[in-house]
Amino acid sequence: MDAETIETRLLIEAIRTRYGYDFRNYAEASLRRRVRAVLLRTGFDSASHLQHALLRDEKLFELVLPELTVPTSEMFRDPLVFQAIRQHVVPILKTYPSFRIWHAGCSTGEEVYSLAILLEEEHCYDRATIYATDINPVSLKTAQDGIYRADTLRKYTGNYQAAGGKQAFSDYYTAAYGVARFDTRLRRNIVFAEHNLATDAVFAETHLVICRNVLIYFDRTLQEQVVRLFAASLRRGGFLCLGSKESLSHLDSGHEFDEVAAIERIYRRKLSHGERA
Amino acid sequence: MTGTVQKLVVVGTSAGGIAALKAIFAGLPAKQPGFSVKAAMAIVLHMRNGGSLDVSRIFPEAAGIIHEAIDKTILQPGHIYLAPPGYHLLVETDRTLALSNDEPVIYSRPSIDVLFETAAEAFGADTIGIVLTGASHDGAAGLSAIASKGGICAVQEPQEAEASAMPKAALAAVSGAASLPLKAVGAWIQAAIGKTPTTLQSAGESL
Repeated sequence: MDAETIETRLLIEAIRTRYGYDFRNYAEASLRRRVRAVLLRTGFDSASHLQHALLRDEKLFELVLPELTVPTSEMFRDPLVFQAIRQHVVPILKTYPSFRIWHAGCSTGEEVYSLAILLEEEHCYDRATIYATDINPVSLKTAQDGIYRADTLRKYTGNYQAAGGKQAFSDYYTAAYGVARFDTRLRRNIVFAEHNLATDAVFAETHLVICRNVLIYFDRTLQEQVVRLFAASLRRGGFLCLGSKESLSHLDSGHEFDEVAAIERIYRRKLSHGERA
Repeated sequence: MTGTVQKLVVVGTSAGGIAALKAIFAGLPAKQPGFSVKAAMAIVLHMRNGGSLDVSRIFPEAAGIIHEAIDKTILQPGHIYLAPPGYHLLVETDRTLALSNDEPVIYSRPSIDVLFETAAEAFGADTIGIVLTGASHDGAAGLSAIASKGGICAVQEPQEAEASAMPKAALAAVSGAASLPLKAVGAWIQAAIGKTPTTLQSAGESL
């Protein structure tokens, strides 16, 4: 095993022991590249040098953590998925007097606000509680603020329209000084909280779990564990929505789910052993 | 089924890439023992927009063996994997493919350098790298990484390329890379697959 691989593993172990963040089962190739990028940014010669500093400097760790975790998203990313949610999931959600949604790995919140807008337009936001969780407190703060760069708005507007948006996207934000502030009313039913998919437990039984482009950062072992966590966090018949290039098909824990919309990666937790939802 | 791929051919291209790839697929005798038994191919094709690639429709020449890569795809011999638009494609040391949404590299995601560098780390001297037509210098650092691990390198002849900047930059980074017209690439790949791994001393030498 080469020195870089050993040092990276030791760095991960140091972070886990000192700060409690467990990166042990993250997909190796991309994690290795992110560690190298951190070394370039921070100027340390090796992961061992970085480790030495991180163990002693919590502020440094706070700067480094966002670089190691999952990057940002965009509003109504993969618009057809939001169309599919409107078509397949919302009608079921509306059969409940109230329902809960878990947005796992919400990062800086773009997709959470997208979901909120969708639910408003489908006239069921008031019945919803959305748990928006992420490993990274800095991302959560950004998500909570709901303020994004205005130069992304044109793309987001296109995404919104392609997702079946029923109004003008600009109805949902005010733009000034190069930023767009999303309407604070959009977050009245959103609870933002820290949650680490690798280490934390079930906290609610929900009707829909959305976790998009987070599993790609985990190795297969951790993916199995997280999908089991999702199954345990869903009512029977509850929905799971993954990222467009993710899949349950290679996972044993995938057997708890039926496919609802293959291309859009929407699944439903089986009603009981073998019975179709 | 995991890990039966012994050699990985990685290809990077941008402007003019679809036509170039079609020419290569037509010239790659995919049913011949070398490629179909021992090797797989992974490709980064820069595309302007996101969405999905209907790979069988765009590349009927490779119907049945060409796929858009999804997360954790296991490399199968004789198959060709294309990076999905908007994601980096990485090769893991357990010879599966991984995706990431990390920052663009040289303004590109998927990035040719990311594919090539991770391929070199996973396959070492069993990596075969080819840089085709394109307008940026993405791929130069990646091809250099393959060469430094003892892999075999080639570029499309810059004079023939629709956009010559990319193969030129790659050739400047790996002077020993073969410079080939497209019609010769298929046969070159077959020969590269048949060749035993080169040592670090003769890294990147032309066949």
